[in-house]
Amino acid sequence: MELKRYTVRSPVMGTFYRASAPGEKPLVEVGQLVNASDVVCMIESMKIFTELRADQAGVVTKILVEDEEPVMKNQDLIEIEIE
Amino acid sequence: MMTFTKILIANRGEIAVRIIRACKEMGINTVAVFSDADKDALHVRYADEAVNIGPALSRKSYLNIDNIIQAATETKVDAVHPGYGFLSENAAFAQACVDHNLIFIGPSAECIAASGNKSAARKTLKALGISIIPGSDDIVSSPQEAFEVAAEVGYPVILKASGGGGGRGIRIANDKDELADALAVASGEARAAFGNPDLYLEKYIEKPRHIEIQILGDHFGNYIHLGERECSIQMRYQKLIEESPSPFVDEVLRNKLGETAIQVARSIGYTNAGTMEFLVDKNKNFYFMEVNARVQVEHPVTELVTGLDIVQQQILLAQGKKLMLGQDEIRLNGWSMECRINASDPADNFMPSPGEIKNLILPSGPGVRVDTHIFNRYEISPFYDSLIGKLVVWAKDRDMAIKRMQRALSEFRIEGIKVTVPFHQRVFQDDDFIRGDFDTHFLEKFDKLA
Repeated sequence: MELKRYTVRSPVMGTFYRASAPGEKPLVEVGQLVNASDVVCMIESMKIFTELRADQAGVVTKILVEDEEPVMKNQDLIEIEIE
Repeated sequence: MMTFTKILIANRGEIAVRIIRACKEMGINTVAVFSDADKDALHVRYADEAVNIGPALSRKSYLNIDNIIQAATETKVDAVHPGYGFLSENAAFAQACVDHNLIFIGPSAECIAASGNKSAARKTLKALGISIIPGSDDIVSSPQEAFEVAAEVGYPVILKASGGGGGRGIRIANDKDELADALAVASGEARAAFGNPDLYLEKYIEKPRHIEIQILGDHFGNYIHLGERECSIQMRYQKLIEESPSPFVDEVLRNKLGETAIQVARSIGYTNAGTMEFLVDKNKNFYFMEVNARVQVEHPVTELVTGLDIVQQQILLAQGKKLMLGQDEIRLNGWSMECRINASDPADNFMPSPGEIKNLILPSGPGVRVDTHIFNRYEISPFYDSLIGKLVVWAKDRDMAIKRMQRALSEFRIEGIKVTVPFHQRVFQDDDFIRGDFDTHFLEKFDKLA
């Protein structure tokens, strides 16, 4: 069976957050199964928080950015493998 | 009375520039603070001295009380101006200033704390006979209690999440059946969104206007108000256009609102400049909402109709000066309107639009004021608020002010980022807006601007 991958990308320049609020646990970890439309990370730009969701169900294989790091528009953030 | 020789501005962006301008005109030296993202910012260039207070993230720099206090003591300033946002309404910061022998340009720490405690404030104001939005003073603990409060204040009612904000966890109910359903849904939503199922219940004011009163108070118990600002043009609870006076407020209502604002200020021992926010219904009944214990974004419209410099007044009052003017000397002359220029894309659901500014031409000419920190090749960073400037006009009446704003908006040129100018141009062509016929729901029809 062929494995397919896709990445969740940032829609805007901003700051990458792995949790939905400070002190909370990360929304996803490597190896975790996610369903389509699950929130996987947050981007803050100009005080506006945007939830980024998984397009399709799959397994998180890589988290490409550290928590609280600046990201560019269209930057790859999280890699998800579809079975 | 003391005299300041040096002030630290604990802020960034257009308001930091605005405060530096007031200081310069008063012969006061200035210290700017800046984060790693703001090394090239205009407030840093304009100030006499500048201190780096940490990394780009606000909580590590502009919200870092220790670093700011350290900058203030090392540069030996007399006073700290907090601007708006950031630490401006943080009682701990105001207290930290006092503890380090720095004058905080604003109300006292106790007063800031009192302004922020909504439940206690409701009880105090109710006891004074000040009209507040009818509703529960505390959380509604059972459906039975909710039904009783609703019957008392009258339907429709609004349920608000205690931990809420930004419009989430809000439900409106027109009768008892709807309230029963709304209680179940709103409580679940509030628990999911804020981890707190507690709800308040208030009478739902239909088609209200958001009108606020600017006040000034000295340390001798003297107060004046500077008339109203009309702030009903909001999207998702964010103000976008403000004006003074309000096309809805006559002399009788203005006096009543002004007297009430001063009564509230007096009851909490408010000093310095502040704003009292009210909701006003279509029958001109008004309800006190909250105190904004700071200088506000929209203060220029009041400056242009009163001829007073509010930031200068803040500094004078913080120095311990008595109010120079009596209420009978305050006259509103002409009409002023302000458009907030945000780096966000009105064609893409107001998505933030950071980036480098190119080919900038700002409006100017008769009756036009632009308060901004932007310039050509300036990089708008994604770390801070999207407000990049305020376009403010003055004219002798509202019709002329509208024409002047249309003209000024048409002069605005900017490339490299998206801004809200095209959105403002649409509003300033709208018949209801031009007639002055609007309430806080006005912008819902623009929300899906494609």
